[in-house]
Amino acid sequence: MRRRQMLPHCLYREISLLTSLHKVHLYTPATRTQKKHQRSNMNRVLNKSTLRSLTGLIQRFQSTLVVAEHNNDKLTPITLNAITAAGKLGGDVSCLVAGTNCAKVVEEISKVQGVKKILVAQHDSYKGALPEELTPLILETQKQFNFTHICAGASAFGKNLLPRVAAKLDVAPVSDIIEIKSPDTFVRTIYAGNALSTVKCNEAVKVFTVRGTAFEAAPVGEGNAASEEVASTPPTGVSEWLEQNLTKSDRPELTSAKVVVSGGRGLKSGDNFKLLYDLADKLNAAVGASRAAVDAGFVPNDMQVGQTGKIVAPELYIAVGISGAIQHLAGMKDSKTIVAINKDPEAPIFQVADYGLVADLFKAVPEMTEALSK
Amino acid sequence: MPGRVLVGVKRVIDYAVKIRVKPDNSGVVTDGVKHSMNPFCEIAVEEAVKLKEKKLIKEVVAVSCGPQQSQETIRTALAMGADRGIHVEVSGKDYENLGPLQVSKILAALAKKEEAQLIILGKQAIDDDCNQTGQMTAALLDWPQGTFASEVSLEENQIKVVREIDGGLETIRINTPAVLTADLRLNTPRYATLPNIMKAKKKKIANVKPADLGVDLTSRLEVLRVDEPPQREAGMKVETVEDLVGKLKDAGKV
Repeated sequence: MRRRQMLPHCLYREISLLTSLHKVHLYTPATRTQKKHQRSNMNRVLNKSTLRSLTGLIQRFQSTLVVAEHNNDKLTPITLNAITAAGKLGGDVSCLVAGTNCAKVVEEISKVQGVKKILVAQHDSYKGALPEELTPLILETQKQFNFTHICAGASAFGKNLLPRVAAKLDVAPVSDIIEIKSPDTFVRTIYAGNALSTVKCNEAVKVFTVRGTAFEAAPVGEGNAASEEVASTPPTGVSEWLEQNLTKSDRPELTSAKVVVSGGRGLKSGDNFKLLYDLADKLNAAVGASRAAVDAGFVPNDMQVGQTGKIVAPELYIAVGISGAIQHLAGMKDSKTIVAINKDPEAPIFQVADYGLVADLFKAVPEMTEALSK
Repeated sequence: MPGRVLVGVKRVIDYAVKIRVKPDNSGVVTDGVKHSMNPFCEIAVEEAVKLKEKKLIKEVVAVSCGPQQSQETIRTALAMGADRGIHVEVSGKDYENLGPLQVSKILAALAKKEEAQLIILGKQAIDDDCNQTGQMTAALLDWPQGTFASEVSLEENQIKVVREIDGGLETIRINTPAVLTADLRLNTPRYATLPNIMKAKKKKIANVKPADLGVDLTSRLEVLRVDEPPQREAGMKVETVEDLVGKLKDAGKV
């Protein structure tokens, strides 16, 4: 049985597949009685060297393309989480950088640990990262390199692009995965995070997006990936990027912040959000919001945390004047520590809060800011 | 200028329901649970009806794929102002396996058959949370996509779409025919009034089988199991802000 433990569980299926191809008799997970019969076979066949060569074979079989998200200047952090997820599949990880100006981002990725190769496609038609232009490029790249997996972070960029790629490959994609059980088995949440679904993907190419908060960021600094130009595809010209209106802020980015302070309907106005900004500044926190606060116009939509907004999992999440609807909890309930400040003791948010304070936020929040200044 | 718009509507467990996972871990309990139209689909219907009211399009066709009960969802869309419905009947085992890939193939086939110039969908269904169908439909038709739309303006043969992206908003211009997916802030869906609900009963719902459209429903995605998410341990109530800050400091959180 010791040898069996040496084999990562995720590789069983691939090995059994391989051995059936190579007409080799090999141990695969089986019922207890079958195991007994097979044990003698196993010891004979599965010695160390064959195991090593098989694992090598499998690793050559798995190859993952991570579609890098960037703004032509900087890599978007979620790509690093996607690279970690890709690394868990066991094969080579390549990164595709497509854009109007790729040099800086390529240099950044070349230092990321776990990336073997960087594919670079630079062309003016990739302006705005439109899926109509990027999809043909990814399909061409796929034709050339035959990846077994294609993934990206489950951000607005990844969600927009990857299903389009999957449909063109005639495969069903898997969205927003939180765990990789094996190269073909993934866990994702459904029903606003109220159930975990384990799915087995029997497609020839697995296309998936990765929940950034569920995987560590790949370390930067020790990588030495080689880069290679890939031919850009002719522009399709059916869509055009016009402009962007980004919310400017000096605070940390919401999805990767260690501390998040969020406000809801209880803040009553956009002006009152200043209370939260002051508190956030003391904690070096990002500021989030519930849908109610966004719909009421207190803050812009990109601050929304929840099922249809951003998913965050900071060390500390402070929910202020947020009742804690199912849809909001979906976006923050994996936070390490949750604090709720709400004047309604019956608010559902208290059911998930580690520390709950039943108080008027207009009194409690300034007090807290004050207490933290000491 | 688009003449005909297809709007996809999905029947899902009502957004306010606290779902339960089946004891055998095969899925979630749906029997006897309140269902309604997926909230993002309501927004899609509203947008299509508004475009018609502005006389920018001629006809709104509501489409739903699923069992018999999906007709109620189509009826709701008709009561909101859609002109007619198409029910693509999928039941039993096929319905369990029905995912975005299959639905997008159905929608793409219908778009060709009905000669639609625009498809409006919600950005995601609140049950499977996939956020895929619109993008996949656009791909199969080779149409451009305007996803997570918070503002849509029809121009001559083009559509200007303001999209909700991670850092804020972006504006794109796409050619028609096209696929749009609605984000929450695109509009506020109207309530169907009683007279409109009565009128909707007279509107036609055509029944179509996936096979009639030449769509194969085979799925290569297999749900192995569905589990409850890990439960959080019960927390504590603190009495004062000082107490709260003290606790957080002790825990090394601030």
